[in-house]
Amino acid sequence: MKVLVPVKRVVDSNIKPLVKSDNSGVETDGLKMSMNPFDETAVEEAVRLKEQNIVSEIVAVSIGEAKCQDTLRTAMAMGAYRSILITSDELLEPLSIAKILQKIVEKEQPNLVLMGKQASDDDTNATGQILAGLLGWSQGTFVSKLELTSDKARVHREIDEGVQILDLTLPAVITTDLRLNEPRFASLPNIMKARKKPIETIALSDMDIKTTTRLEMLSVKEASTSREGIILNSVEELVEKLQNEAKVI
Amino acid sequence: MSESAREKMEFDVLIVGGGPSGLSAAIRLKQLAPSAQICLIEKASEIGAHIVSGAVLEPTALKELFSDWNSRGAPLETPVKKERIMYLLNDRKSIQIPIIDWMMPNMVNEGNYIISLGDFCRWLASEAEALGVEIYPGFAGSDLIIEDNQVMGVLIGDMGLDKDGKPGSNFTPGMELRAKYTIFSEGCRGSLSKKLISHYNLRKKSDPQTYGIGIKELWEIPSDLHFPGYMQHSFGWPLDDNTYGGSWLYHFGKNLVSFGFVLGLDYANPWLSPFGETQRVKMHPALKKHFKGGRRIAYGARALSEGGFQSIPKLSFPGGVLVGDAAGFLNMPKIKGTHTAMKSGMVAAEAIAEALNSAQIEPVNYQKRMQQSWVWEELYSVRNIRPSFAKFGAKLATVYTGIDSMLRGKVPWTFHHRQGDNTKLDPADMSQPVCYPKPDNKLTFDRESSVYLANIDHRDDQPIHLKLKNEAIWKTVNWDVFKSPESRYCPAAVYEVVNADVEPTLQINSQNCVHCKTCDIKDPTQNINWETPEGGSGPNYPGGM
Ligand SMILES: Cc1cc2nc3c(=O)[nH]c(=O)nc-3n(C[C@H](O)[C@H](O)[C@H](O)COP(=O)(O)OP(=O)(O)OC[C@H]3O[C@@H](n4cnc5c(N)ncnc54)[C@H](O)[C@@H]3O)c2cc1C
Ligand code: SF4
Repeated sequence: MKVLVPVKRVVDSNIKPLVKSDNSGVETDGLKMSMNPFDETAVEEAVRLKEQNIVSEIVAVSIGEAKCQDTLRTAMAMGAYRSILITSDELLEPLSIAKILQKIVEKEQPNLVLMGKQASDDDTNATGQILAGLLGWSQGTFVSKLELTSDKARVHREIDEGVQILDLTLPAVITTDLRLNEPRFASLPNIMKARKKPIETIALSDMDIKTTTRLEMLSVKEASTSREGIILNSVEELVEKLQNEAKVI
Repeated sequence: MSESAREKMEFDVLIVGGGPSGLSAAIRLKQLAPSAQICLIEKASEIGAHIVSGAVLEPTALKELFSDWNSRGAPLETPVKKERIMYLLNDRKSIQIPIIDWMMPNMVNEGNYIISLGDFCRWLASEAEALGVEIYPGFAGSDLIIEDNQVMGVLIGDMGLDKDGKPGSNFTPGMELRAKYTIFSEGCRGSLSKKLISHYNLRKKSDPQTYGIGIKELWEIPSDLHFPGYMQHSFGWPLDDNTYGGSWLYHFGKNLVSFGFVLGLDYANPWLSPFGETQRVKMHPALKKHFKGGRRIAYGARALSEGGFQSIPKLSFPGGVLVGDAAGFLNMPKIKGTHTAMKSGMVAAEAIAEALNSAQIEPVNYQKRMQQSWVWEELYSVRNIRPSFAKFGAKLATVYTGIDSMLRGKVPWTFHHRQGDNTKLDPADMSQPVCYPKPDNKLTFDRESSVYLANIDHRDDQPIHLKLKNEAIWKTVNWDVFKSPESRYCPAAVYEVVNADVEPTLQINSQNCVHCKTCDIKDPTQNINWETPEGGSGPNYPGGM
């Protein structure tokens, strides 16, 4: 079985990015970039399935500037066999990304697309669903457990009420929750090998896809920091403060 | 995991540490021996992510490394335009010290550049990779491989161990990286360099190393108050005459200000907090105006080697060499070590390229070549300046510095560093407690909110990388005599005393550690041992830092 794993290059989740001084977006210049942690979970799951001989080939795909190569190398160091990079400097919306992935699916003919349920930078949580719609495939989203056979996938979905268990017929798009697994560390020899694995590069402009922008970013603001708490010594003090300072009682 | 089951990889040369010295060594080696297999490992998650420096770069070594550095896009965007040295008399007044070229050649910065050393290292790394050097960030050299008294390489530590040191679900065993020669470029107080110095007794003929701690903040300020190329240093207030230190403040890049404070780790008062002094000095009118309307965007700290010429250890041993700040090539009066670090890496590369052909076990020519290089002459000429501060106090030492500098250090005496910085603390009850102003969260801050800006990543359940060799000593010495100086000198609030009134105990918040190495240096009985945590752990200093 062949699996396609889309991976996104995002600001590393340990970095606290700052809002640009003109509020037009987030400053990403010079920040450490990494693979979206949700996608890392997807790669790990694909590699585990390969280790269990259920999956035979893993292809990673990334869309964005040339530097996304680094993200693909990470995926290959973890165990993906080869990669495809679609280069573009545009800021692409989920619909455009899904259209691009649709084209890649048509070309590569995988049985399964395994991808993060969202990206840790914009948190839109839409691409997997749109892709399944465009392809007319089954979809299993927010998956925290996956059992795969040659024609069927049983997925456990994390939902508000608890866990929902679904059986999907393949081909399918499955989006992963962080609870699915704990991604491995790429070992040094595997990183070394990954540097020699092939990356096929395609320019988005050569793909005949309309990437109309439908959303406009108005402004980005820093989340308001919560006010500092104080510890009081008695109930009397609390009542006093509520009456005289907060003036609520 | 048993030794023999570990995976092994072999190279011609292994370089431990991706700072300016290691990267320059890598580049020079590839220039001289293009077919040599060269591997460089770096404990940070990416090159530059653990680098803290001023930084004013003297481009001498860079010009020797790449005569065409300019067209290669080296990130040297801000030439020094104007400089000031101030002596702060008290919390309000200051006097400007005139900079007289012929009298104080060390203080003149014409022709130098204000840079982000992290960004400069990222650029050096891209040049090294283009030449075919294999660079692996995210891997820390955790131990030495010594066989028949020869260094054969280093071990990179296991990943994915839990708190008790047992393999977790994503455990990845460490491995052996072996090489004909290993270059140790770990910077100031390298954890493996420390072991080497003791194993081969490399300090037999030199003074102990002495250190300083540098705490840095990166600010972004309004463009109308930004003067790229302006640099100022201050000394005096808030330190007393017997404590060595001062601030720097450099305008560079796009609306950036690099500000920081260096404090000599030979300070005596255990109540002193380098972090507190860093915050306080910003309140002086001579500094304060530079932060107006700005915001602090990054924070970090790092120790630096201050011992200079007298403290340079023997530089080679069977199987390898020490370069850069790991050997201690910093020029303290200039507060510059990048050019000497680069040069030492290059000279080591030249000696090793020779040795590769001759199958020599110890690259002994490195020492000789260093002694003939401009680094030696430069460090020799300023050898008495830093120790004069310890000897005479700041005011008299300033006068001495003027005279010594005029004579270019050609005096018949050499002041020595007798003891390590760890021996210099006075007992707490004989010292004056220091009271630091409360942070206003605009100009001055607390340590917690500062560490937040270091973007630290230490996976929570990994074994603790800061260990007390003897737990009991903490109570009898650190607490009873010095009242826990580590809880004040650590710039990241790693050490915390809990239950101080009843049963004082030390809590080590190792996940906050910014890898500055101060505790490894200053702990009174050297009871704290800093080891490399899992590769990729620690701060993630952003571009511009
Ligand atoms: C606050 C401060 C201000 C300074 N200002 C200036 C200035 O203005 N101008 C100037 O020229 N110099 C300045 N210096 C000095 C200069 O930064 C150093 O001399 C220089 O960085 C030394 O280079 P290095 O390569 O020897 O070590 P470092 O730059 O310290 O690099 C060592 C690298 O090795 C890595 N490493 C360490 N141990 C291991 C291990 N076991 N395994 C893997 N990797 C490891 C570290 O993470 C680090 O990236 C300043 C230093 C400080 C601290
Ligand atoms: S624990 Fe030690 S090395 Fe880490 S930040 Fe504190 S003083 Fe520096």
